[in-house]
Amino acid sequence: MAGSYTPHPDLPPPANVVGVPGWVRRNLLSSPLNIALTVLALYLLYVTLPPLLNWALFNATWTGETREACQTNGGACWVFIQVHFDQFMYGFYPEAQRWRVNIAALLLILGAAPLFAGRVPNKLKVRLGLGLLVIYPIIAFVLFKGGLFGLPAVDTRRWGGLLLTLVIAGVGMTAALPLGVLLALGRRSQMPAIQSLCVTFIEFWRGVPLITVLFMSSVMLPLFLPEGMNFDKLLRALIGVTLFQAAYMAEVVRGGLQAIPKGQFEAAAALGLGYWKIMALIVLPQALKLVIPGIVNTFIALFKDTSLVLIIGLFDLMNIVHNATTNPEWLGFSTEGYVFAAAVYWLFCFSMSRYSQSLEKRLHTGHKR
Amino acid sequence: MNSTKLLTTMFAAACLLAAGAAHAGATLDAIKKNGFIKCGVSDGLPGFSYADEKGNYSGIDVDVCRAAAAAVFGDAKKVKFTPLTAKERLTALQSGEIDVLSRNTTWTSSRDSAQGMNFTGVTYYDGQGFLINKKLGVKSAKELDGATVCVQAGTTTELNLSDYFRAHKMKFTPISYDKSDESAKSLEAGRCDVLTSDQSQLYAQRIKLAKPDEFIVLPEVISKEPLGPVVRHGDDDWFDIVKWTLFVMVDAEELGVNSKNVEEMKKSTNPDIKRLLGVEGDKGKDFGLANDWMAVVIAQVGNYGEIFERNVGKGSPLKIERGLNALWTQGGLQYAPPVR
Repeated sequence: MAGSYTPHPDLPPPANVVGVPGWVRRNLLSSPLNIALTVLALYLLYVTLPPLLNWALFNATWTGETREACQTNGGACWVFIQVHFDQFMYGFYPEAQRWRVNIAALLLILGAAPLFAGRVPNKLKVRLGLGLLVIYPIIAFVLFKGGLFGLPAVDTRRWGGLLLTLVIAGVGMTAALPLGVLLALGRRSQMPAIQSLCVTFIEFWRGVPLITVLFMSSVMLPLFLPEGMNFDKLLRALIGVTLFQAAYMAEVVRGGLQAIPKGQFEAAAALGLGYWKIMALIVLPQALKLVIPGIVNTFIALFKDTSLVLIIGLFDLMNIVHNATTNPEWLGFSTEGYVFAAAVYWLFCFSMSRYSQSLEKRLHTGHKR
Repeated sequence: MNSTKLLTTMFAAACLLAAGAAHAGATLDAIKKNGFIKCGVSDGLPGFSYADEKGNYSGIDVDVCRAAAAAVFGDAKKVKFTPLTAKERLTALQSGEIDVLSRNTTWTSSRDSAQGMNFTGVTYYDGQGFLINKKLGVKSAKELDGATVCVQAGTTTELNLSDYFRAHKMKFTPISYDKSDESAKSLEAGRCDVLTSDQSQLYAQRIKLAKPDEFIVLPEVISKEPLGPVVRHGDDDWFDIVKWTLFVMVDAEELGVNSKNVEEMKKSTNPDIKRLLGVEGDKGKDFGLANDWMAVVIAQVGNYGEIFERNVGKGSPLKIERGLNALWTQGGLQYAPPVR
């Protein structure tokens, strides 16, 4: 066994291609153009970041009660947010009744948490999901609106802030998805009456801007109703938002339906399944899975579009922040208010987007390309 | 273009329908049946209408509605406020969604005629003015030749501004902003020399600045903006009540009656005060209300001077001078017909 060959152990790669220096060389300094861009980006950061941090953190005022507390530091006045925080969350919802909103929120979190956990059996998840979609809105409505079971009634005009934003977005999402699925199926239907009805509906609602829909619902609709007859402004806005989003949702779902090969339909029909069973058991599960990014995209757009209700005088998160900036005691803090609103919107939209990504990962069963 | 025309036609038709359906007294009957007044206010304008953390409204426009509720029900709390944007305010009134619009609305001929409104009076004589840094040493708007002016886009303010400068043969460079916050920041940063807007708003803008004391509002007022409450055409009983609620508050200030001394004043020997407070005669009953409704309005809401000082004057952060809104006896324009 003399002179048996033992290879040298591998030399480590040169120090300048691994670790941080390697990464920097590869990604930031690989060509003259890249070097120039890196320098430019660093310069921009140098110019913008210190003043921003100074304003938002180092020179900011965090504690206090009044406007005067903010006069000295020169930075952001987060006291403004602190003072108005409850208002931003609940709007003008009576203080003594706010526990009802909290309970509804808690119920939602408790009900939804198992849906996100991995270990819960699927059957339970389906039941829980259906319960959340069908029963929860009723519970939430009774809690918010009151007037039953000894709860004092709270007029919808007092709903506001994040509560109202979530109500509009939640109702819009849960109602628009099923409606959109039906419209998409209708548009692909062989029956001319249903098909043309659905096409007309979708094209009409997609053809008008949401702001027009809201404006029509709030301003024009009452003109055509008999004088004195008015139904709730929030309800009108909710209907407008739902129909509008359903049209968009229909087109997203239709995209998914078109991606399902014809063989799937034929195979299902050959098994003797009827139309609804084919759709519910074979086609839609595949189609909806394909268009998760599109659906979530529409949801995120809807969430941000809720801020448009400010033009019809509903106090959603955006409008309540604006309202707080007109407080005579607190004039001049609009920047802080809008930064806070932006942060809340970003938080919600980003979580939705992350959730959709994890959902896609979990559901990809042999389709990954 | 076609759809615009269609909309306009539908709108006009709906207005006619609404006008035809109303008969004198319909609104007042409905108000009495509901037990509250539906009042349209601004969705946030410092000093005029603002909802605090608890949803309680305050401001001049708000107090006008409170006073009307005190007149009709003897209780200033019986009002439901509907916040309205500038765009939807008139249709909200036309459709009956609100009974009275008290939302810093300028009294103009077209609103009074074509749009089927009735202005019940003037709660605030506003006008466009200028806000400028003291450092520039300008004392009058006539010295503004060549100035850079911050102005809110798409408002009549822009139009008034160019009219004024043209009439005085001066040059200016406008910088337009969408929001009042932006223009205030811009003035502070020195991007423009002077900021123009309605005077009532200039004072609010000034507070937003880091050093409000370094800025002054120039004395010139270059446009007329009489702001007042509005009701629908053809609603005479209700129109009279809103109109006289305002008059009563102005008369009360003139006669020295306020919310604190109203009970005492009932013993006054002055016949004007006696009639105003319902001690003598039945001037109150002529409106179809309680005979002492005027006294109730003053007791619960106050006279005009109190409302002004509390919301926009010395008692508020805005600190607006009475100026045009002083009583006619003190060089202002506030003048009300007598209770007789």
